Amino acid sequence: MNKQMTAEQVVARLEDGMTIGIGGWGPRRKPMALVRAILRSDLKDLTIVAYGGADVGMLCAAGKVKKVVFAFVSLDFIPLEPYFRQARQSGAIEVMEIDEGMMLLGLRAAAWGLPFIPTEVGLGTDIINQNPDIKVIDSPYDDKEWVAMPALQLDASLIHVDRADARGVCQIAGPDHYMDDWFARAARETYVSCDELVETSYFHDPAEARMVHWERSQTTGVVPIPGGAHPSSCSPLYGFDVPHFKAYAASAKEESGFQGYLEQYLGDSEAEYQDRVGGLDAIRAIELPTY
Amino acid sequence: MTAATDYTLAELCIVAASKAFENDGEVLATGIGVIPRLAASLAMKTTNPDLMMTDSEAWMLSEPNPLGKRDAGFQQANESWMGFSRIFDNVWSGRRHAMLGPTQIDKYGQTNTSALGGTYAAPKVMMLGARGFPGNSISHPNSFFVPSHNTRVFMDGECDFVSSVGYNPERLPRGHSLDDIDIRLVITNLCVMDFGGPDHQIRLLSLHPGVSAEQVQENTAYPVYIEGDVPTTQAPTQAQLDLIAALDPHNQRAYQIKDNPPGNPR
Repeated sequence: MNKQMTAEQVVARLEDGMTIGIGGWGPRRKPMALVRAILRSDLKDLTIVAYGGADVGMLCAAGKVKKVVFAFVSLDFIPLEPYFRQARQSGAIEVMEIDEGMMLLGLRAAAWGLPFIPTEVGLGTDIINQNPDIKVIDSPYDDKEWVAMPALQLDASLIHVDRADARGVCQIAGPDHYMDDWFARAARETYVSCDELVETSYFHDPAEARMVHWERSQTTGVVPIPGGAHPSSCSPLYGFDVPHFKAYAASAKEESGFQGYLEQYLGDSEAEYQDRVGGLDAIRAIELPTY
Repeated sequence: MTAATDYTLAELCIVAASKAFENDGEVLATGIGVIPRLAASLAMKTTNPDLMMTDSEAWMLSEPNPLGKRDAGFQQANESWMGFSRIFDNVWSGRRHAMLGPTQIDKYGQTNTSALGGTYAAPKVMMLGARGFPGNSISHPNSFFVPSHNTRVFMDGECDFVSSVGYNPERLPRGHSLDDIDIRLVITNLCVMDFGGPDHQIRLLSLHPGVSAEQVQENTAYPVYIEGDVPTTQAPTQAQLDLIAALDPHNQRAYQIKDNPPGNPR
């Protein structure tokens, strides 16, 4: 089965009002080229579920978002995502704020076909008070109360990986695949952009196959976009673009705001975007971060 | 070991904070931020070699990494993979002790990392979000580091948003006891405290050199339990200072407390 498609074809399969999961973590391995394709579209009213970074900030700033399900939205070295912050402070978006681990449980519940997973995480905090949809329940086995973390059922997930074949075998070669396997499993459809499209034989080497974290049946579409995580990182291929993120964050303080950022960088296509940020070689030359 | 006389307040705080991990045994020590990370690293190098630590990315280390950029030839001492999803397996096992820096800490030890002022639908200041605080607080011990001890951090009333549980009977989940909650040390630029006063009241444990108990109370919006003569926070030894310097070769610790004051202002 050949699952190869373009970013535009992915966006054409998404609909207004959908709940969309986005893989990665903060400024790390975000499917930014797919996010940019959404920015160029008229898609709207999305509910975004993510360990958020500029993906969430940009979609909020562009008015694409109705609701964000989050535990944080951060660029790490710039702790507060500037456009998510604006969206929250102006009351422009609805939120479901949860703990990082609760998000993992919600994705697992969706992946496993469960209505919820019980946990003590969230008890006693405003996570419970501010989320009337998250119920606290009795246990049939003890006298304690437990949080019933509801399944985070996703209509679609967007993920960026290092390598994939056209059948949807995806490899994350960086040190952490974050929760991307759960995003893939929690979604009805999963669209993956990859830095390199490889032949299936690439995975015959067990060391390469070991870095495949979900089965190809969980992958709906594969979009080859070298450099497609920029300005986020795709370790070990490239780090995140510190000067670009600084310019992005600075744009939030300027009068032209996000519109100014878009006019300067977005372009009509990914090729145009990459030209404007210095080209693929420049992206691939970005140093990996030191933690 | 004799105490050093020439050290910064940041170094004093690192040594004081490292005591939080001394009797932890074999747990994952997570210090978020320069001073907590150096504190956990120092403890692992000295008082508690059984501590576990990650590289803040995806590997468990048998030796803490120095902070900041490392030489090209540097090879970190990995002992296992420890990606973020696996961190939660550890968190929920309880075998972890985190030290973090929340924006607000109320009289119950509840903290806020999420939002300040306004309404929840449109807060005046949106911060990080709850991150892992809810789960940390109910799963394992936690300590806090506050680089600027003032009444905005140690504020009046309850946190604007309660990200982590504390010793608040009103919010105690059914079937739980206040003793299930385990807040260890609170290290600030003025002093070391814990919640070991009567009914889990915040308690002054030691004062940094040149700081008075009155000064701590003035900068805390709720009563601090002060018992008898409060000792002075123990000064670092030269051996501790040398280890800290090796763990922080780019001197990031100099930028953590305003103006990087000396630890012993004589």
